[in-house]
Amino acid sequence: MGLIETLSYVIPELMLALGAMALLTFGVLQGDRSTGTVSIASMGLLIAAALVVMAGYGGDTEIFDGAFRIDAFSGFCKILIFGAAAIAILMSDKYLAGEQLGRFEYPILILLASFGMALMVSANDLIALYMSVEMQSLALYILAAFNRESRRSTEAGLKYFVLGALSSGLLLYGASLVYGFSGSTSFVEIARVAAATEGANVGLVVGLVFLIAGLAFKVSAAPFHMWTPDVYEGAPTPVTAFFAAAPKLAAMALFARALVSPFLDVHDQWQPVIAMIAVASMAIGSFSAIVQSNIKRLMAYSSIGHMGFALVGLAAGTKQGVSAVLIYMAIYLVMTIGTFACILLMRRRGGQTESLDDLSGLSESQPGLAILFTVLFFSLAGVPPTGGFFGKLFVFNAAVQADLIWLAVVGVLLSAIAAYYYLRVIWIIWFNEAGSAFEREAGTRLGVIATVSALIMMPILLIGIAPLRAAADAAAGALF
Amino acid sequence: MTESLATAPWLSLITFFPLLGAFFIALRRTGARRDASGNIATVEQEQIDRIARSIALSFTLGVFVVALVVYQVFYDPTFAGYQLVEQAEWLGGGVNYKMGVDGISVLFVLLTAFFMPICILASWHSITHRVADYMIAFLVMETLVIGVFCALDLVVFYLFFEGSLIPMFLIIGVWGSKGIKEFAGYRLSSRVYAALKFFLYTFLGSVLMLVAILWIYKEAGTTDVPTLQTYAFPAGAQKWLWLAFFASFAVKMPMWPVHTWLPDAHVQAPTAGSVILAAILLKMGGYGFIRFSLPMFPIASADFAPLVYALSIVAIIYTSLVALAQEDMKKLIAYSSVAHMGFVTMGIFTGTTQGIEGALFQMISHGFISGALFLCVGVVYDRLHTREIAAFGGLVHRMPFYAFLFLFFTMGNVGLPGISGFVGEFLTMAGAFKANSWIAFFAAFGVILSAAYGLRLFRQVMYGELVKENLMAITDVNARELGMLVTLMAFALYLGVNPSPTLSVFEPSVGVLLENYNSALAGTSSVAAGGH
Repeated sequence: MGLIETLSYVIPELMLALGAMALLTFGVLQGDRSTGTVSIASMGLLIAAALVVMAGYGGDTEIFDGAFRIDAFSGFCKILIFGAAAIAILMSDKYLAGEQLGRFEYPILILLASFGMALMVSANDLIALYMSVEMQSLALYILAAFNRESRRSTEAGLKYFVLGALSSGLLLYGASLVYGFSGSTSFVEIARVAAATEGANVGLVVGLVFLIAGLAFKVSAAPFHMWTPDVYEGAPTPVTAFFAAAPKLAAMALFARALVSPFLDVHDQWQPVIAMIAVASMAIGSFSAIVQSNIKRLMAYSSIGHMGFALVGLAAGTKQGVSAVLIYMAIYLVMTIGTFACILLMRRRGGQTESLDDLSGLSESQPGLAILFTVLFFSLAGVPPTGGFFGKLFVFNAAVQADLIWLAVVGVLLSAIAAYYYLRVIWIIWFNEAGSAFEREAGTRLGVIATVSALIMMPILLIGIAPLRAAADAAAGALF
Repeated sequence: MTESLATAPWLSLITFFPLLGAFFIALRRTGARRDASGNIATVEQEQIDRIARSIALSFTLGVFVVALVVYQVFYDPTFAGYQLVEQAEWLGGGVNYKMGVDGISVLFVLLTAFFMPICILASWHSITHRVADYMIAFLVMETLVIGVFCALDLVVFYLFFEGSLIPMFLIIGVWGSKGIKEFAGYRLSSRVYAALKFFLYTFLGSVLMLVAILWIYKEAGTTDVPTLQTYAFPAGAQKWLWLAFFASFAVKMPMWPVHTWLPDAHVQAPTAGSVILAAILLKMGGYGFIRFSLPMFPIASADFAPLVYALSIVAIIYTSLVALAQEDMKKLIAYSSVAHMGFVTMGIFTGTTQGIEGALFQMISHGFISGALFLCVGVVYDRLHTREIAAFGGLVHRMPFYAFLFLFFTMGNVGLPGISGFVGEFLTMAGAFKANSWIAFFAAFGVILSAAYGLRLFRQVMYGELVKENLMAITDVNARELGMLVTLMAFALYLGVNPSPTLSVFEPSVGVLLENYNSALAGTSSVAAGGH
């Protein structure tokens, strides 16, 4: 394949990388005055990139000597990632301007992170995997500490960086072990070696466990979840909104590909590990969230729990399972973005509030926002007929079809426990005496985002679920 | 013309029509004029409330009328299979949107459609706070509950079954009564506690059913109910599946010992919430047993029948005794509901025609009678804002009509022949007698005890001297209340005097159900006999 033809497959990534550099130059020359322009240009680039991916959707090509693979799976994830990143920028700029954080680097960092994520979901080689994860992570570390005047934000960034570096080390160590025992970094080659070995290749499996540990950190699955609540709480809220959405999807997609493509034949080796991680995440997500009083910390534990549910689908190790993971993550993405848009609307004179008690009686003071919160939280809890239920339906279905009935039983019981803390938010909103209303001028833009997300979670999804499933099935099929 | 009318998606229309009303109310509510500081003027608020009430009443009445007409015109009560069936592609892979009714479910749809306008009327004056939200919650609830009785696909059923928790949770929590309770270190208002208990009990009970549904999907490749009702699941698996479904329906029913959420929920819920809970929501459990457990897992149903009998007997006797000791009128009726549901579960698992038809009849009849009793409590609660039995006495002097109606429904609850409650209890006991005479013997105690607590309640509230200061000026039932209660009385009387038309609606479908049930059981015993 000639260079030009190769490059034609990575037009979206090129757009992001080159666009980010150009905007950076522009920003440096113009200073912070250019923030608005850079934001709009970044969103435009992300949307254009998503459109390019859509135009070339399907197909299955390995490029750069098999280091990356452009297929339906990567296409599916990229569209969601670019969309989520664009919405993250859309959600941020007013908030950041209000907090004196309106710097032009912000959208550029999101662009660079999206570039890393786009590479992650198509990585087909251990080196590509590591490089793309780092590309993404470095941008995220800076974003976490974006409010450098705030001790909490700086602390979040530092914590995230140190623990992230540790996990990268684990990832690298695992990758080198796998390379040592298989003689290749290519997923295709590793798959061949794994299939050829009688029984399990111990070195390969040990390397695999390290890889899983590193990736579990990136998706914030227990027991590698410790950083999540602090980073979620400390980072500026729009940054948290971004963290909770696109990077989770990218990491989960990478997780799926890195387990399925090279290691499908040793599925029985990693299935128990993933199942245990899933159970631990669901349990920690369900129990620890009960005592939280800060809504961002609550969302952090909620996201840990959600990663656990998604991993239930991955543990199945079947095409159906991967498809369920993608459906789950797509629904999770929408719920999370909507919820954070609502959280960003929790604004009183003197700034953002994050305490659950501030939601008291919201259903009387601001019925519209209360309904959005209610729909989204019932959806997060997975109560039918909201969208969140369908995510759970598909992952548990995948687990049951793969004979992991115990995992499904544990999962549904933990989801009932998790329902308690989601209900607690709803009861604060509906049953408590009304407090003072939030500032209404906080932004129609956020209101629109939250409304759209809530609508998607409402039974409108009942119609949209079949196409989503078909797309996810096709995407998952690319891995098998 | 009639051809195309007959194949129109009537059930979907009946199911989703209330949502349209909810939408209109929401629209009016959002469009409220606000003054500069964002507050709604009192006049405007009153107008919104009035419109919300009217929309809710007209939509629920509309649903009832349409349901009645569809039943009269398009439903053939002599046909045993599913009618008015609709099917549409949904999730793919054998999971479809499928609706339909048969003799077992059709009357529950009518019952729901009948009770919704009653509930709206019952809340007409007693709900003054956030009326629009309240009406929306009831309309959404109507959609979900009718959906439960019409769904012919397990996933669709689960969706409606679980979804109905959401509006009820809000109804109890927002419009429930006042009071404070200590719970897990929090000082909660007791309605929040009740709402939470209601939600979590039923949610936890149901999630296992979801896993069972997924397993069924894996085994049979479909979630289509009619197909699954004749599918022969392996006997070993039936046990687990039965238990998973049982967990869900037993909580909903509610059976002893998972009934404790019900008294809390009943006491805290507003009157209409109690009515809908007693008249409709509890029936979802019994309906689930008849629709799913019995036909899909016949072997396990027969195996576990003794367990169900034991729990039912405990429910009948124990909760009747508990009812005797209650101080709160609503709590007393709530416990009596648990006892009456004991007859239903007992009847269902006898696997006899009388037992199942009796259970179905008992559910319908209990809907009218307990619904009416809760309305009766609501009548005095609206006037005095208390439900303490001790706070009353001698009401008969001031409220003769009320006393008569109350007596009628108490007698119905006791099972006086001539009122509908008798027929259900008699049939379920006749069925139980066939299965095992001891069960019927113990169940009969329940009838005696229900007379004891029923008459005690009536005596303490109605008889005696009218001495309490605040009771002196109490007024008798007004036209609205009288209308509702007399309508219910007419139904209870009609069902009690002439039960056969109702029973004949059940008959064809129950006949087919039992035919399949018995042949499934015969199949296993002959295999077992061959093996020995």
